[in-house]
Amino acid sequence: MSEKVNIICRCEEIQIEEIRHWINKGYTNLEELKRILRITMGPCQGRGCRDIILREISMATGKPISELNTGVIRPPVKPIKFSLLAEDN
Amino acid sequence: MTVKTTDFIIVGGGVHGCATAYELAKAGYKVTLFESRYLSSGGSGRSAAGLRQHFGTEVNLHMAKYNLKVFPTLEEELDTGMDLEFRQWGYMWVAYTDSCLDQLKKNVALQKSMDIPSVIFTPDEIHERWPYLRLDGIIGAAFCGEDGHINPQTLTMAYGEAAARYGAVVKTYTPVQKLLAENGKIKGVVTESGEEWHAPRVLLAAGPHTRPLAATVGVDIPVYPERHNILISEPVEVFNCPMVLCLDDGAYFKQCPNGTFMFGRDDQDEPRDLGNEGNSVKFLAGVTASVLKRIPALSGVRVVRQWSGPYDVTEDHNAIIDWTPLEGLMVNCGWSGHGLQFGPSGGRVCKEMLVGEQAFVDLHRFRLARFAEGDLFFEPAFI
Repeated sequence: MSEKVNIICRCEEIQIEEIRHWINKGYTNLEELKRILRITMGPCQGRGCRDIILREISMATGKPISELNTGVIRPPVKPIKFSLLAEDN
Repeated sequence: MTVKTTDFIIVGGGVHGCATAYELAKAGYKVTLFESRYLSSGGSGRSAAGLRQHFGTEVNLHMAKYNLKVFPTLEEELDTGMDLEFRQWGYMWVAYTDSCLDQLKKNVALQKSMDIPSVIFTPDEIHERWPYLRLDGIIGAAFCGEDGHINPQTLTMAYGEAAARYGAVVKTYTPVQKLLAENGKIKGVVTESGEEWHAPRVLLAAGPHTRPLAATVGVDIPVYPERHNILISEPVEVFNCPMVLCLDDGAYFKQCPNGTFMFGRDDQDEPRDLGNEGNSVKFLAGVTASVLKRIPALSGVRVVRQWSGPYDVTEDHNAIIDWTPLEGLMVNCGWSGHGLQFGPSGGRVCKEMLVGEQAFVDLHRFRLARFAEGDLFFEPAFI
């Protein structure tokens, strides 16, 4: 049988074990995990991984997700081509 | 209230604070660092992550050389499991006017006299080496192939993590409300959560927050915030595009180790107040138009994210590393946009000064009194 791989952040190919490793080291804020692992900063901007990671933080800290820092959503929210932005109006 | 004591207090969990905590803890001193949010949450973690030996002043060049000596083995030394992404893909300053090129030539002459391998390139040499760059109208550029990139967030957090491993107390999410002084000497700090900590030596390394913090004990540090913006693209094939800084409108771009592209550009209309980390639509459109004409191959690539962060600016664009008039209170701030890369040298000199050793470089030019004396120390190579 092949080894089970559970990738949570597909943009950066981060596995659940890596996320748990850093949470266990005390990095229990999404902003910290983001800076160590690049999660939520790839092309999907956290659409794929944010909820799962927040659930992991919530389980590790015992805090409800509503009390956790959910990170900052930055423009342009969905990736757009440079050529569109550079066009003259 | 229970008062806790330590040998050294550092306020600010940016790269300078964390590197100083690391150097002190490694040398066996008791140190406590206070950060209002998480490590690297201020200017350090929001920086453009550039490393360079292109400066026009000797003291900055001495320290820049030391930084470049430390970076290649720093990930191994700090040993935290965090990837520092150190790369040496080069750094180029592109001149569009004779006066700019003359200044670059002066800077490069000084760099060469200090054994830094900088060169001046002609437009033809640039075109031959980087055929994908379309730098119409340039008259020359300064380039150093040893310069490059480091991940600003993991650099800062790894310093903090390693400091804690050596016994430093690193208190994140613990904003300092005010400093305490008694009989003309620093005494300690009070946190917003009501903790009181005492130490005979306190270092403020809080970027633009240094000024309001120092003001709580009547010390004026002439440093002010200035917001700057950056954007990042989706990753593309890695072709080691160096940092290219265009001195006509201040636009810059480079490829990062994971293949993404980073664009930035100055804007004089940006806010100059604390706590403003919002986004600028004007920046997004302006920087894209400016950079795309210089590297049109990226036109089909997508922008993923933009952000902003504060420079801690001084009148002469140079740092302040000095004891203040209040005995025991030291500051390291005012790096004006080039501070991230000075983490290794800044951490070392602050540790040396705090424990009473001779700093390994002469820091006279970074003294606080230069502003009052009108003896400003301008750095010609700043962005």
